[in-house]
Amino acid sequence: MVVQGYRRENGKVGIRNHVLLLPVDDLSNAVCETVAKQVPGTLALPHAYGRLQYGEDLDLHFRTLIGTGRNANVAAAVVVGIEPNWTARLADGIAESGKPVEGFSIEGHGDLETVRRASRAAQKLMQHASELRREPAELSELTVSIKCGESDTTTGLASCPTVGWVVDRLVDEGATVFFGETPELTGGEHLIANRCIDETVRREFTAMFDRYTNQIESTGADLLGSQPTQGNIAGGLSTIEEKALGNIEKTGTKPVVGVLDRAEAPANGTTGLYFMDSSSAAAEHITLMCAGGAVLHMFPTGQGNVIGNPVEPVLKITGNPKTAATMSEHIDHDVSGLLSRELSLDQAGEQLLELCIRTADGRLTCAETLGHREFVLTRLYPSA
Amino acid sequence: MTHKFLIHHRGDHVGVAVVDIESGERVQGVFMDDDSTVEVEAKAAVPLGHKIAIAALDSGAEVIKYGIPIGKTTAPFEPGTYVHTHNLRSARW
Repeated sequence: MVVQGYRRENGKVGIRNHVLLLPVDDLSNAVCETVAKQVPGTLALPHAYGRLQYGEDLDLHFRTLIGTGRNANVAAAVVVGIEPNWTARLADGIAESGKPVEGFSIEGHGDLETVRRASRAAQKLMQHASELRREPAELSELTVSIKCGESDTTTGLASCPTVGWVVDRLVDEGATVFFGETPELTGGEHLIANRCIDETVRREFTAMFDRYTNQIESTGADLLGSQPTQGNIAGGLSTIEEKALGNIEKTGTKPVVGVLDRAEAPANGTTGLYFMDSSSAAAEHITLMCAGGAVLHMFPTGQGNVIGNPVEPVLKITGNPKTAATMSEHIDHDVSGLLSRELSLDQAGEQLLELCIRTADGRLTCAETLGHREFVLTRLYPSA
Repeated sequence: MTHKFLIHHRGDHVGVAVVDIESGERVQGVFMDDDSTVEVEAKAAVPLGHKIAIAALDSGAEVIKYGIPIGKTTAPFEPGTYVHTHNLRSARW
């Protein structure tokens, strides 16, 4: 199956052609947002962090920002940071992918001078990106991520099985698919463990699942009241186990070939279905998967989550006829016909696969047209 | 559409309403794995997406959906019972 994508310098295939204005830290958001106004068409990704982080939390910060810059939906990037060293760390990390990157630090120059320099770089990179053309690529060259949100019982009955059908097809074609939501596997974690391709992957998966549950238990908090969420309960889900079993429907039936840490990209040349350790909060989750290299996201929803991502297009699928009717501007694919049994799972899956290909070819998702650009970094612990 | 609820697997204790069900209504459910049907009388209103019991269970019993336990009853069920957080809780937290 062929899609029309952008082939990047490292051979990866993207489906969008962004020029990023990427702040290293919260202090550099203002410059990036000003440059975005000066050079229309560029994409600033303001965020709240990047100062006085340390250890694993700092590693995750850089892994996420570098991965976002390296994502094949990105043509080029301008990096802005308060200090030169960390600015260079981010810019150099992105440059390893071969794409054009320019870094600017603010100290010793001030905002206005940095805006001037960064704007000139952004202008040149926009012109560079404008000459890049879509070319035929195999569907198997794409990396796709999945996560559901505002789930209800219809996600387990309709939208998640539809996504699972497409995931199986993608994996059969040779594509790479990421799933995660570690805490939301609770009650069905054995189903995923049983699908791990070998003992090593199974041990890695179990270790990551236990790491999350131990961390939650160590806080002494009770997740009852948070999991399921109030929206889940309004939609008829009663327990975390019930929510997890619906959630797992969207992972299809293929073996889990590997386990990734948050924002980690699979080793070059490997494909298949990967588990990535991640929160179940939608914006954090998609930000991490985008940083791992995913270029298209399938998002089943029940009660109507409106999430989008600035770099990775998010397709929404619902099986809830009320949500399809009341929130139609957010729903890319309505599979409520599965509940009335007027639609078969094969039909729903074929339609979604076709929509994935059209989206890869350039069709905008509902979330893109509505300007949903949730970019949220995951923190592991407080700053120093 | 004649059915008003769906059951994932034969052997499950609950089904999911695919339209709003009224209290006292006699409703048909379809098992998704073999297209067979079951009928129960709803003991209470069951909104779209919420669960209806198709089996009798004692308090403290495991509740099966997708062929897998999703928690335990905190009150007895009979066929037609509206099932949610008031009579079903997680066995995990």
